[in-house]
Amino acid sequence: MSTLVFLEHNGSSIQKGSLGVLTKAVSLDPDTAAVLIGSGVGPLAEQAGRYGAKQVFVADSESLAAPLPQPRVDVISRLVKDKGFGTVLFAASVLATDIAGGVSARLDAGLNWDLNDLAVDNGNLIGKRSALGDTIRADVGWTSEPRLGLVRAGSFEAVESGGTASVEQIATDVEDFSAKAVMVDQAREEQSGPSIEDAEILVTGGRGLGSPEGFSLMEDLASALGGAVASTRAVVDSGWYPYPTQVGQTGKVVSPKLYIGCGVSGAIQHKVGMQTSQVIVSINKDPNAPIFDFSDLGVVGDLQTIVPQLIELVKERKAS
Amino acid sequence: MKIAVCVKEVPDPGPNRRIDPGTLRMDRSGDRSLNAYDLNAVEEALRLKEASGDGEVVLVSLGASKALDSIRKGLAMGADRALLVSDEAAAGSDLVATSYVLAAALAAESPDLILFGQQASDADGAVLWAAVADRLKMPVVSQISELEVSGDTITAKRQTEFGYDRIRATLPAVLAVADSLNEPRYPSLKGIMGAKKKPQDVKSLADVGVEADRAGESGSRTTVISLSPPESRGGAQKIEDDGSAAQKILDFLVERKLV
Repeated sequence: MSTLVFLEHNGSSIQKGSLGVLTKAVSLDPDTAAVLIGSGVGPLAEQAGRYGAKQVFVADSESLAAPLPQPRVDVISRLVKDKGFGTVLFAASVLATDIAGGVSARLDAGLNWDLNDLAVDNGNLIGKRSALGDTIRADVGWTSEPRLGLVRAGSFEAVESGGTASVEQIATDVEDFSAKAVMVDQAREEQSGPSIEDAEILVTGGRGLGSPEGFSLMEDLASALGGAVASTRAVVDSGWYPYPTQVGQTGKVVSPKLYIGCGVSGAIQHKVGMQTSQVIVSINKDPNAPIFDFSDLGVVGDLQTIVPQLIELVKERKAS
Repeated sequence: MKIAVCVKEVPDPGPNRRIDPGTLRMDRSGDRSLNAYDLNAVEEALRLKEASGDGEVVLVSLGASKALDSIRKGLAMGADRALLVSDEAAAGSDLVATSYVLAAALAAESPDLILFGQQASDADGAVLWAAVADRLKMPVVSQISELEVSGDTITAKRQTEFGYDRIRATLPAVLAVADSLNEPRYPSLKGIMGAKKKPQDVKSLADVGVEADRAGESGSRTTVISLSPPESRGGAQKIEDDGSAAQKILDFLVERKLV
Protein backbone atom coordinates (compact mmCIF):
# COMPACT_ATOMS: atom_id res chain seq x y z
CA MET A 1 0.00 0.00 0.00
CA SER A 2 1.23 3.46 -0.82
CA THR A 3 -0.04 6.13 1.52
CA LEU A 4 -0.51 9.87 1.23
CA VAL A 5 -1.32 12.12 4.21
CA PHE A 6 -2.86 15.56 3.76
CA LEU A 7 -1.07 18.03 6.03
CA GLU A 8 -3.21 20.96 7.12
CA HIS A 9 -1.37 24.07 8.22
CA ASN A 10 -2.25 27.28 10.02
CA GLY A 11 0.17 30.07 9.38
CA SER A 12 3.69 28.74 9.67
CA SER A 13 3.03 25.43 11.39
CA ILE A 14 1.49 22.10 10.45
CA GLN A 15 -1.50 21.09 12.57
CA LYS A 16 -0.71 18.64 15.39
CA GLY A 17 -3.57 16.40 14.29
CA SER A 18 -2.14 16.07 10.78
CA LEU A 19 1.29 15.21 12.17
CA GLY A 20 -0.37 12.60 14.43
CA VAL A 21 -1.97 10.94 11.41
CA LEU A 22 1.37 11.13 9.58
CA THR A 23 3.11 9.45 12.55
CA LYS A 24 0.57 6.61 12.52
CA ALA A 25 0.68 6.24 8.73
CA VAL A 26 4.48 5.96 8.79
CA SER A 27 4.24 3.21 11.41
CA LEU A 28 2.00 1.22 9.03
CA ASP A 29 3.76 2.17 5.80
CA PRO A 30 7.36 3.46 6.06
CA ASP A 31 7.14 4.94 2.54
CA THR A 32 4.30 7.29 3.43
CA ALA A 33 4.25 10.59 1.53
CA ALA A 34 2.57 13.85 2.48
CA VAL A 35 1.03 16.76 0.61
CA LEU A 36 1.13 20.45 1.55
CA ILE A 37 -1.13 22.91 -0.21
CA GLY A 38 -1.16 26.68 0.17
CA SER A 39 0.86 29.81 -0.41
CA GLY A 40 4.45 29.84 0.84
CA VAL A 41 4.15 26.34 2.32
CA GLY A 42 7.46 25.04 0.93
CA PRO A 43 9.41 25.56 4.20
CA LEU A 44 6.93 23.30 6.06
CA ALA A 45 8.15 20.26 4.08
CA GLU A 46 11.18 19.97 6.34
CA GLN A 47 8.87 19.60 9.38
CA ALA A 48 6.94 16.85 7.57
CA GLY A 49 10.21 15.01 7.02
CA ARG A 50 11.02 15.11 10.72
CA TYR A 51 7.71 13.34 11.41
CA GLY A 52 8.56 10.54 9.03
CA ALA A 53 7.32 11.54 5.55
CA LYS A 54 9.67 10.11 2.90
CA GLN A 55 8.41 12.44 0.24
CA VAL A 56 6.47 15.70 0.39
CA PHE A 57 4.47 17.03 -2.52
CA VAL A 58 4.10 20.79 -2.42
CA ALA A 59 1.43 22.75 -4.26
CA ASP A 60 2.50 26.34 -3.66
CA SER A 61 0.55 29.21 -5.19
CA GLU A 62 -0.89 32.55 -4.16
CA SER A 63 -4.23 31.28 -5.53
CA LEU A 64 -4.19 28.48 -2.92
CA ALA A 65 -3.64 30.80 0.06
CA ALA A 66 -7.22 30.74 1.40
CA PRO A 67 -8.10 27.53 3.28
CA LEU A 68 -10.95 26.52 0.94
CA PRO A 69 -11.66 22.87 0.17
CA GLN A 70 -12.37 22.64 -3.53
CA PRO A 71 -9.02 23.80 -4.95
CA ARG A 72 -7.45 21.20 -2.62
CA VAL A 73 -9.78 18.51 -3.98
CA ASP A 74 -8.44 19.30 -7.46
CA VAL A 75 -4.78 19.16 -6.41
CA ILE A 76 -5.08 16.01 -4.27
CA SER A 77 -7.24 14.08 -6.76
CA ARG A 78 -4.78 14.78 -9.56
CA LEU A 79 -1.83 13.76 -7.38
CA VAL A 80 -3.50 10.52 -6.28
CA LYS A 81 -4.31 9.60 -9.88
CA ASP A 82 -0.86 10.49 -11.24
CA LYS A 83 1.09 8.66 -8.55
CA GLY A 84 -1.40 5.86 -7.91
CA PHE A 85 -1.68 6.24 -4.14
CA GLY A 86 -3.65 3.42 -2.53
CA THR A 87 -4.58 5.28 0.65
CA VAL A 88 -5.18 8.93 1.49
CA LEU A 89 -5.54 9.95 5.14
CA PHE A 90 -6.80 13.17 6.70
CA ALA A 91 -6.98 14.47 10.28
CA ALA A 92 -10.60 15.56 10.65
CA SER A 93 -11.18 19.32 10.64
CA VAL A 94 -13.70 21.64 9.04
CA LEU A 95 -11.43 21.98 6.00
CA ALA A 96 -10.23 18.37 5.76
CA THR A 97 -13.74 16.96 6.05
CA ASP A 98 -14.91 18.96 3.04
CA ILE A 99 -11.79 18.01 1.08
CA ALA A 100 -12.24 14.30 1.83
CA GLY A 101 -15.90 14.38 0.75
CA GLY A 102 -14.96 16.05 -2.52
CA VAL A 103 -12.09 13.66 -3.29
CA SER A 104 -14.41 10.73 -2.58
CA ALA A 105 -16.81 11.87 -5.30
CA ARG A 106 -14.09 12.89 -7.75
CA LEU A 107 -12.28 9.54 -7.60
CA ASP A 108 -15.27 7.35 -6.63
CA ALA A 109 -13.12 6.45 -3.66
CA GLY A 110 -14.59 4.99 -0.47
CA LEU A 111 -14.39 7.26 2.57
CA ASN A 112 -14.57 6.06 6.18
CA TRP A 113 -14.82 8.80 8.79
CA ASP A 114 -14.63 9.21 12.55
CA LEU A 115 -11.76 6.71 12.67
CA ASN A 116 -9.96 6.53 16.00
CA ASP A 117 -7.47 3.84 14.99
CA LEU A 118 -5.95 2.19 11.94
CA ALA A 119 -4.46 -1.26 11.54
CA VAL A 120 -3.17 -3.50 8.78
CA ASP A 121 -4.48 -7.05 8.71
CA ASN A 122 -3.14 -9.43 6.03
CA GLY A 123 -2.09 -6.45 3.98
CA ASN A 124 -5.54 -4.86 4.21
CA LEU A 125 -6.11 -1.51 5.88
CA ILE A 126 -8.72 -1.66 8.64
CA GLY A 127 -10.31 1.41 10.19
CA LYS A 128 -11.69 1.41 13.73
CA ARG A 129 -14.51 3.66 14.78
CA SER A 130 -17.32 3.86 17.24
CA ALA A 131 -20.89 4.51 16.18
CA LEU A 132 -24.34 5.34 17.51
CA GLY A 133 -23.09 7.58 20.28
CA ASP A 134 -20.28 5.16 21.13
CA THR A 135 -22.75 2.36 21.86
CA ILE A 136 -20.98 0.14 19.35
CA ARG A 137 -17.54 -0.22 17.84
CA ALA A 138 -16.99 -1.13 14.23
CA ASP A 139 -14.11 -2.35 12.11
CA VAL A 140 -14.52 -0.83 8.66
CA GLY A 141 -12.80 -1.46 5.37
CA TRP A 142 -12.59 -0.46 1.74
CA THR A 143 -13.51 -2.54 -1.32
CA SER A 144 -11.31 -0.67 -3.81
CA GLU A 145 -8.46 1.82 -4.08
CA PRO A 146 -7.89 4.58 -3.36
CA ARG A 147 -9.11 4.28 0.22
CA LEU A 148 -9.89 7.52 2.02
CA GLY A 149 -9.89 7.89 5.80
CA LEU A 150 -10.81 10.79 8.08
CA VAL A 151 -9.29 10.39 11.53
CA ARG A 152 -11.01 11.80 14.59
CA ALA A 153 -9.19 14.67 16.30
CA GLY A 154 -6.69 13.63 18.95
CA SER A 155 -6.54 9.94 17.99
CA PHE A 156 -2.82 9.77 17.33
CA GLU A 157 0.11 11.45 19.00
CA ALA A 158 2.61 13.24 16.77
CA VAL A 159 6.09 11.78 17.28
CA GLU A 160 9.23 12.98 15.55
CA SER A 161 11.35 10.30 13.95
CA GLY A 162 13.97 12.68 12.61
CA GLY A 163 14.01 11.97 8.90
CA THR A 164 14.38 14.06 5.81
CA ALA A 165 11.84 14.21 3.03
CA SER A 166 12.46 14.71 -0.65
CA VAL A 167 10.34 17.52 -2.01
CA GLU A 168 8.46 17.63 -5.31
CA GLN A 169 6.57 20.67 -6.55
CA ILE A 170 3.23 19.78 -8.14
CA ALA A 171 0.75 21.57 -10.37
CA THR A 172 -1.54 24.12 -8.74
CA ASP A 173 -4.22 24.70 -11.37
CA VAL A 174 -7.84 24.21 -10.35
CA GLU A 175 -11.22 23.59 -11.95
CA ASP A 176 -13.38 26.58 -12.89
CA PHE A 177 -16.05 25.73 -10.32
CA SER A 178 -13.45 25.46 -7.58
CA ALA A 179 -12.77 29.18 -7.95
CA LYS A 180 -16.42 30.12 -7.46
CA ALA A 181 -16.11 30.25 -3.68
CA VAL A 182 -13.73 32.93 -2.36
CA MET A 183 -12.58 33.94 1.10
CA VAL A 184 -13.78 37.42 2.03
CA ASP A 185 -12.04 37.63 5.38
CA GLN A 186 -10.90 35.55 8.33
CA ALA A 187 -11.25 36.58 11.98
CA ARG A 188 -9.07 35.05 14.65
CA GLU A 189 -10.18 35.10 18.27
CA GLU A 190 -7.57 35.24 20.99
CA GLN A 191 -7.98 33.82 24.43
CA SER A 192 -8.28 35.88 27.61
CA GLY A 193 -8.56 34.60 31.17
CA PRO A 194 -7.90 31.08 32.47
CA SER A 195 -8.13 28.20 30.05
CA ILE A 196 -10.97 25.69 30.32
CA GLU A 197 -8.41 23.02 29.44
CA ASP A 198 -6.90 23.31 32.92
CA ALA A 199 -10.12 23.19 34.96
CA GLU A 200 -10.87 20.01 36.93
CA ILE A 201 -14.59 20.75 36.95
CA LEU A 202 -16.33 22.15 33.90
CA VAL A 203 -19.91 23.37 33.79
CA THR A 204 -20.96 23.54 30.16
CA GLY A 205 -23.94 25.50 28.87
CA GLY A 206 -25.61 24.66 25.57
CA ARG A 207 -28.48 25.94 23.48
CA GLY A 208 -30.94 24.49 25.97
CA LEU A 209 -30.13 27.44 28.27
CA GLY A 210 -32.57 29.34 26.10
CA SER A 211 -30.77 32.71 26.21
CA PRO A 212 -27.38 34.30 26.90
CA GLU A 213 -28.67 35.18 30.39
CA GLY A 214 -28.72 31.46 31.16
CA PHE A 215 -24.95 31.59 31.47
CA SER A 216 -25.16 33.45 34.78
CA LEU A 217 -26.70 30.25 36.14
CA MET A 218 -23.72 28.31 34.73
CA GLU A 219 -21.30 30.76 36.35
CA ASP A 220 -23.06 30.39 39.71
CA LEU A 221 -22.90 26.60 39.52
CA ALA A 222 -19.25 26.67 38.44
CA SER A 223 -18.34 29.01 41.29
CA ALA A 224 -20.21 26.84 43.83
CA LEU A 225 -18.34 23.74 42.60
CA GLY A 226 -15.01 25.50 42.13
CA GLY A 227 -14.93 24.96 38.38
CA ALA A 228 -14.96 26.89 35.13
CA VAL A 229 -17.66 27.54 32.52
CA ALA A 230 -17.46 26.08 29.05
CA SER A 231 -19.77 26.31 26.05
CA THR A 232 -20.78 24.67 22.78
CA ARG A 233 -20.40 25.80 19.20
CA ALA A 234 -24.10 26.56 18.90
CA VAL A 235 -24.05 29.15 21.68
CA VAL A 236 -20.74 30.65 20.54
CA ASP A 237 -22.06 30.97 17.00
CA SER A 238 -25.14 32.69 18.44
CA GLY A 239 -22.93 35.15 20.33
CA TRP A 240 -24.06 34.02 23.81
CA TYR A 241 -20.59 33.19 25.11
CA PRO A 242 -17.01 33.77 23.89
CA TYR A 243 -15.22 31.43 21.51
CA PRO A 244 -12.27 30.57 23.82
CA THR A 245 -14.73 28.72 26.10
CA GLN A 246 -15.96 26.45 23.31
CA VAL A 247 -15.50 22.69 23.63
CA GLY A 248 -15.54 20.50 20.55
CA GLN A 249 -14.07 19.81 17.15
CA THR A 250 -13.69 23.48 16.29
CA GLY A 251 -12.94 24.46 19.89
CA LYS A 252 -10.95 22.95 22.73
CA VAL A 253 -10.49 19.33 23.71
CA VAL A 254 -11.01 18.98 27.47
CA SER A 255 -10.67 16.11 29.89
CA PRO A 256 -11.82 17.32 33.34
CA LYS A 257 -12.55 15.15 36.38
CA LEU A 258 -16.16 16.28 36.19
CA TYR A 259 -18.10 17.57 33.21
CA ILE A 260 -21.65 18.84 33.78
CA GLY A 261 -23.60 19.57 30.60
CA CYS A 262 -26.67 21.76 30.93
CA GLY A 263 -28.90 22.00 27.88
CA VAL A 264 -26.14 20.42 25.78
CA SER A 265 -27.48 18.02 23.13
CA GLY A 266 -24.20 16.19 22.58
CA ALA A 267 -23.68 16.69 18.84
CA ILE A 268 -20.66 14.81 17.52
CA GLN A 269 -18.82 18.12 17.02
CA HIS A 270 -19.09 18.74 20.80
CA LYS A 271 -18.59 15.17 21.91
CA VAL A 272 -15.16 14.75 20.34
CA GLY A 273 -14.00 17.57 22.62
CA MET A 274 -15.23 16.16 25.95
CA GLN A 275 -15.72 12.42 25.72
CA THR A 276 -12.60 11.64 27.71
CA SER A 277 -13.93 13.50 30.77
CA GLN A 278 -13.73 11.20 33.81
CA VAL A 279 -17.32 11.71 35.00
CA ILE A 280 -20.08 13.11 32.79
CA VAL A 281 -23.33 14.45 34.21
CA SER A 282 -25.96 15.90 31.89
CA ILE A 283 -29.23 17.73 32.35
CA ASN A 284 -31.49 18.05 29.33
CA LYS A 285 -35.24 18.27 28.86
CA ASP A 286 -35.12 16.18 25.68
CA PRO A 287 -35.03 12.49 26.71
CA ASN A 288 -33.62 11.65 23.26
CA ALA A 289 -30.62 14.00 23.50
CA PRO A 290 -27.54 12.09 22.25
CA ILE A 291 -25.53 13.21 25.30
CA PHE A 292 -27.45 10.70 27.44
CA ASP A 293 -25.76 7.92 25.45
CA PHE A 294 -22.40 8.82 26.99
CA SER A 295 -23.33 10.29 30.37
CA ASP A 296 -22.58 8.59 33.70
CA LEU A 297 -25.60 10.34 35.16
CA GLY A 298 -28.26 11.66 32.79
CA VAL A 299 -31.09 13.77 34.15
CA VAL A 300 -34.18 14.39 32.05
CA GLY A 301 -35.65 17.60 33.35
CA ASP A 302 -35.76 21.39 33.30
CA LEU A 303 -32.34 22.84 34.05
CA GLN A 304 -33.93 26.17 35.08
CA THR A 305 -35.47 24.32 38.04
CA ILE A 306 -32.75 21.79 38.79
CA VAL A 307 -29.62 23.96 38.54
CA PRO A 308 -30.69 26.62 41.10
CA GLN A 309 -31.60 23.80 43.52
CA LEU A 310 -28.26 22.13 42.89
CA ILE A 311 -26.36 25.39 43.50
CA GLU A 312 -28.08 25.75 46.89
CA LEU A 313 -27.41 22.12 47.83
CA VAL A 314 -23.73 22.39 46.88
CA LYS A 315 -23.35 25.61 48.88
CA GLU A 316 -25.05 24.03 51.92
CA ARG A 317 -22.83 20.98 51.67
CA LYS A 318 -19.67 23.05 51.43
CA ALA A 319 -20.75 25.27 54.33
CA SER A 320 -21.47 22.34 56.61
CA MET B 1 -35.39 31.04 -6.46
CA LYS B 2 -35.64 27.28 -6.40
CA ILE B 3 -34.15 25.69 -3.28
CA ALA B 4 -33.59 21.97 -2.79
CA VAL B 5 -33.12 20.76 0.78
CA CYS B 6 -31.50 17.34 1.19
CA VAL B 7 -33.09 15.53 4.11
CA LYS B 8 -32.79 12.11 5.67
CA GLU B 9 -34.99 9.90 7.78
CA VAL B 10 -33.05 8.53 10.75
CA PRO B 11 -33.82 6.11 13.58
CA ASP B 12 -34.87 8.05 16.68
CA PRO B 13 -31.83 8.84 18.81
CA GLY B 14 -31.62 6.97 22.09
CA PRO B 15 -30.88 3.53 23.43
CA ASN B 16 -33.07 1.68 20.94
CA ARG B 17 -30.85 2.42 17.96
CA ARG B 18 -28.94 -0.60 16.78
CA ILE B 19 -27.01 -2.02 13.87
CA ASP B 20 -28.44 -5.29 12.59
CA PRO B 21 -25.75 -7.88 13.36
CA GLY B 22 -26.82 -9.93 10.33
CA THR B 23 -26.65 -7.25 7.65
CA LEU B 24 -24.22 -4.93 9.51
CA ARG B 25 -26.53 -2.10 8.47
CA MET B 26 -28.51 0.34 10.56
CA ASP B 27 -31.71 -1.26 11.83
CA ARG B 28 -34.39 1.05 10.46
CA SER B 29 -37.38 -0.93 11.71
CA GLY B 30 -37.97 1.06 14.92
CA ASP B 31 -39.26 4.59 15.48
CA ARG B 32 -37.93 7.03 12.95
CA SER B 33 -37.99 10.76 12.35
CA LEU B 34 -36.48 13.44 10.17
CA ASN B 35 -32.82 14.09 11.05
CA ALA B 36 -33.09 17.01 13.52
CA TYR B 37 -30.18 18.88 11.93
CA ASP B 38 -32.05 18.91 8.62
CA LEU B 39 -34.77 21.06 10.18
CA ASN B 40 -32.35 24.02 10.28
CA ALA B 41 -31.82 23.61 6.52
CA VAL B 42 -35.58 23.42 5.87
CA GLU B 43 -36.11 26.51 8.07
CA GLU B 44 -33.45 28.49 6.21
CA ALA B 45 -34.92 27.54 2.83
CA LEU B 46 -38.36 28.70 3.96
CA ARG B 47 -36.96 32.01 5.24
CA LEU B 48 -35.12 32.64 1.97
CA LYS B 49 -38.27 31.87 0.00
CA GLU B 50 -40.37 34.14 2.24
CA ALA B 51 -37.83 36.95 2.00
CA SER B 52 -37.72 36.82 -1.79
CA GLY B 53 -41.50 36.58 -2.09
CA ASP B 54 -41.47 33.71 -4.53
CA GLY B 55 -39.72 30.49 -5.33
CA GLU B 56 -40.04 26.85 -4.45
CA VAL B 57 -38.66 24.63 -1.69
CA VAL B 58 -38.22 20.97 -2.65
CA LEU B 59 -37.21 18.28 -0.17
CA VAL B 60 -34.94 15.66 -1.76
CA SER B 61 -34.13 12.38 -0.07
CA LEU B 62 -32.83 8.88 -0.61
CA GLY B 63 -34.41 6.23 1.59
CA ALA B 64 -37.03 3.57 2.11
CA SER B 65 -40.53 4.35 0.77
CA LYS B 66 -41.89 4.72 4.30
CA ALA B 67 -39.39 7.57 4.83
CA LEU B 68 -42.11 9.85 3.44
CA ASP B 69 -43.76 9.66 6.89
CA SER B 70 -40.79 11.51 8.34
CA ILE B 71 -40.16 13.78 5.35
CA ARG B 72 -43.73 15.08 5.65
CA LYS B 73 -42.58 17.06 8.68
CA GLY B 74 -40.63 19.31 6.31
CA LEU B 75 -43.76 19.73 4.19
CA ALA B 76 -45.73 20.56 7.34
CA MET B 77 -43.17 23.28 8.13
CA GLY B 78 -43.89 24.78 4.71
CA ALA B 79 -41.83 23.11 1.98
CA ASP B 80 -43.73 22.85 -1.31
CA ARG B 81 -43.08 19.27 -2.35
CA ALA B 82 -40.94 16.21 -1.74
CA LEU B 83 -38.91 13.96 -4.01
CA LEU B 84 -37.88 10.62 -2.54
CA VAL B 85 -35.59 8.29 -4.43
CA SER B 86 -36.46 4.85 -3.15
CA ASP B 87 -35.26 1.57 -4.55
CA GLU B 88 -34.40 -1.82 -3.08
CA ALA B 89 -31.15 -1.67 -5.06
CA ALA B 90 -30.11 1.49 -3.19
CA ALA B 91 -30.16 -0.06 0.29
CA GLY B 92 -26.77 0.03 2.01
CA SER B 93 -25.41 2.88 -0.12
CA ASP B 94 -22.23 4.48 1.25
CA LEU B 95 -20.98 8.00 0.55
CA VAL B 96 -19.83 7.27 -3.01
CA ALA B 97 -23.17 5.68 -3.94
CA THR B 98 -25.39 8.10 -2.01
CA SER B 99 -23.71 11.19 -3.44
CA TYR B 100 -24.03 9.72 -6.95
CA VAL B 101 -27.77 9.06 -6.60
CA LEU B 102 -28.53 12.38 -4.90
CA ALA B 103 -26.51 14.32 -7.46
CA ALA B 104 -28.50 12.67 -10.26
CA ALA B 105 -31.82 13.53 -8.61
CA LEU B 106 -30.70 17.09 -7.87
CA ALA B 107 -29.33 17.69 -11.38
CA ALA B 108 -32.77 16.94 -12.83
CA GLU B 109 -34.29 19.55 -10.50
CA SER B 110 -31.64 22.19 -11.35
CA PRO B 111 -32.10 24.24 -8.17
CA ASP B 112 -30.35 27.57 -7.51
CA LEU B 113 -29.43 26.50 -3.99
CA ILE B 114 -28.95 23.09 -2.40
CA LEU B 115 -29.05 23.04 1.41
CA PHE B 116 -27.92 20.39 3.89
CA GLY B 117 -28.07 20.19 7.71
CA GLN B 118 -24.80 19.97 9.64
CA GLN B 119 -24.65 16.19 10.10
CA ALA B 120 -26.74 13.04 10.04
CA SER B 121 -27.59 11.98 13.58
CA ASP B 122 -27.35 8.27 12.74
CA ALA B 123 -24.06 8.02 10.82
CA ASP B 124 -22.41 11.14 12.33
CA GLY B 125 -21.27 11.93 8.81
CA ALA B 126 -20.58 15.43 7.60
CA VAL B 127 -19.21 14.68 4.17
CA LEU B 128 -22.18 14.32 1.82
CA TRP B 129 -22.50 17.96 0.72
CA ALA B 130 -18.88 18.18 -0.40
CA ALA B 131 -19.29 14.99 -2.45
CA VAL B 132 -22.57 16.16 -4.00
CA ALA B 133 -21.07 19.58 -4.83
CA ASP B 134 -18.13 17.93 -6.57
CA ARG B 135 -20.41 15.75 -8.69
CA LEU B 136 -22.56 18.76 -9.63
CA LYS B 137 -19.49 20.98 -10.16
CA MET B 138 -20.87 23.63 -7.81
CA PRO B 139 -19.14 25.66 -5.10
CA VAL B 140 -19.70 24.42 -1.53
CA VAL B 141 -19.66 26.17 1.84
CA SER B 142 -20.22 24.24 5.08
CA GLN B 143 -20.83 24.95 8.80
CA ILE B 144 -22.69 28.18 8.01
CA SER B 145 -23.79 30.21 11.04
CA GLU B 146 -24.85 33.34 9.13
CA LEU B 147 -26.12 33.52 5.56
CA GLU B 148 -26.92 36.37 3.19
CA VAL B 149 -28.25 35.90 -0.31
CA SER B 150 -28.10 38.81 -2.72
CA GLY B 151 -28.84 38.27 -6.40
CA ASP B 152 -26.76 35.32 -7.54
CA THR B 153 -24.22 35.64 -4.71
CA ILE B 154 -24.23 34.20 -1.21
CA THR B 155 -22.05 35.36 1.65
CA ALA B 156 -21.66 32.96 4.55
CA LYS B 157 -19.96 33.16 7.92
CA ARG B 158 -18.72 29.96 9.42
CA GLN B 159 -16.63 28.76 12.31
CA THR B 160 -13.43 26.76 11.90
CA GLU B 161 -10.80 25.57 14.37
CA PHE B 162 -9.13 28.98 14.15
CA GLY B 163 -11.98 31.47 14.32
CA TYR B 164 -14.46 32.73 11.77
CA ASP B 165 -14.31 32.77 7.97
CA ARG B 166 -16.51 34.75 5.64
CA ILE B 167 -16.87 33.11 2.25
CA ARG B 168 -18.61 34.37 -0.87
CA ALA B 169 -19.86 32.07 -3.61
CA THR B 170 -21.91 32.34 -6.77
CA LEU B 171 -25.11 30.40 -7.41
CA PRO B 172 -25.93 27.66 -8.02
CA ALA B 173 -24.22 26.49 -4.84
CA VAL B 174 -24.31 23.77 -2.21
CA LEU B 175 -24.53 25.00 1.39
CA ALA B 176 -24.44 23.12 4.69
CA VAL B 177 -25.88 25.05 7.62
CA ALA B 178 -24.96 24.85 11.31
CA ASP B 179 -27.71 24.34 13.88
CA SER B 180 -26.94 27.79 15.28
CA LEU B 181 -28.14 29.46 12.05
CA ASN B 182 -31.79 29.57 13.04
CA GLU B 183 -34.49 28.12 15.26
CA PRO B 184 -36.65 25.74 13.20
CA ARG B 185 -40.36 26.54 13.35
CA TYR B 186 -42.87 24.06 14.69
CA PRO B 187 -45.36 22.92 12.07
CA SER B 188 -48.81 24.44 12.60
CA LEU B 189 -51.89 22.21 12.73
CA LYS B 190 -52.86 23.65 9.35
CA GLY B 191 -49.40 22.84 8.04
CA ILE B 192 -49.63 19.27 9.28
CA MET B 193 -53.06 18.77 7.72
CA GLY B 194 -51.95 20.37 4.46
CA ALA B 195 -48.72 18.36 4.22
CA LYS B 196 -50.53 15.20 3.18
CA LYS B 197 -51.91 16.89 0.08
CA LYS B 198 -48.60 18.30 -1.13
CA PRO B 199 -46.88 16.54 -4.05
CA GLN B 200 -44.72 13.64 -2.86
CA ASP B 201 -42.98 11.86 -5.71
CA VAL B 202 -41.31 8.53 -5.16
CA LYS B 203 -38.83 7.69 -7.90
CA SER B 204 -36.78 4.59 -8.64
CA LEU B 205 -33.08 4.65 -9.50
CA ALA B 206 -34.02 4.23 -13.17
CA ASP B 207 -36.38 7.23 -12.92
CA VAL B 208 -33.46 9.47 -11.95
CA GLY B 209 -31.15 7.87 -14.52
CA VAL B 210 -28.93 5.88 -12.15
CA GLU B 211 -27.75 2.42 -13.19
CA ALA B 212 -28.45 -0.11 -10.40
CA ASP B 213 -24.76 -0.99 -10.03
CA ARG B 214 -23.90 2.61 -9.06
CA ALA B 215 -26.08 2.35 -5.93
CA GLY B 216 -26.43 0.10 -2.92
CA GLU B 217 -23.66 -2.32 -2.08
CA SER B 218 -22.43 -2.66 -5.65
CA GLY B 219 -22.04 1.12 -5.95
CA SER B 220 -20.33 1.44 -2.58
CA ARG B 221 -16.60 1.42 -1.87
CA THR B 222 -16.61 0.89 1.90
CA THR B 223 -17.71 -1.98 4.06
CA VAL B 224 -18.38 -2.80 7.70
CA ILE B 225 -16.20 -5.78 8.64
CA SER B 226 -17.32 -6.50 12.18
CA LEU B 227 -19.04 -5.01 15.22
CA SER B 228 -18.16 -5.29 18.86
CA PRO B 229 -19.51 -3.84 22.10
CA PRO B 230 -17.84 -0.64 23.30
CA GLU B 231 -15.82 -0.30 26.45
CA SER B 232 -18.61 0.37 28.88
CA ARG B 233 -18.70 3.58 30.87
CA GLY B 234 -19.98 1.27 33.61
CA GLY B 235 -23.05 1.86 35.74
CA ALA B 236 -24.49 4.73 33.73
CA GLN B 237 -27.80 5.95 35.11
CA LYS B 238 -30.57 7.98 33.56
CA ILE B 239 -33.25 9.50 35.75
CA GLU B 240 -36.26 11.71 35.23
CA ASP B 241 -36.67 14.75 37.46
CA ASP B 242 -39.46 14.17 39.96
CA GLY B 243 -38.41 17.11 42.12
CA SER B 244 -35.48 15.25 43.67
CA ALA B 245 -33.02 15.39 40.75
CA ALA B 246 -30.83 18.11 42.28
CA GLN B 247 -30.44 16.04 45.47
CA LYS B 248 -29.65 12.95 43.38
CA ILE B 249 -26.98 14.83 41.43
CA LEU B 250 -25.44 16.05 44.70
CA ASP B 251 -25.45 12.52 46.16
CA PHE B 252 -23.83 11.23 42.97
CA LEU B 253 -21.09 13.88 43.16
CA VAL B 254 -20.51 13.35 46.89
CA GLU B 255 -20.21 9.59 46.38
CA ARG B 256 -17.43 10.24 43.84
CA LYS B 257 -15.78 12.85 46.06
CA LEU B 258 -16.34 15.55 43.46
CA VAL B 259 -17.92 17.94 45.95
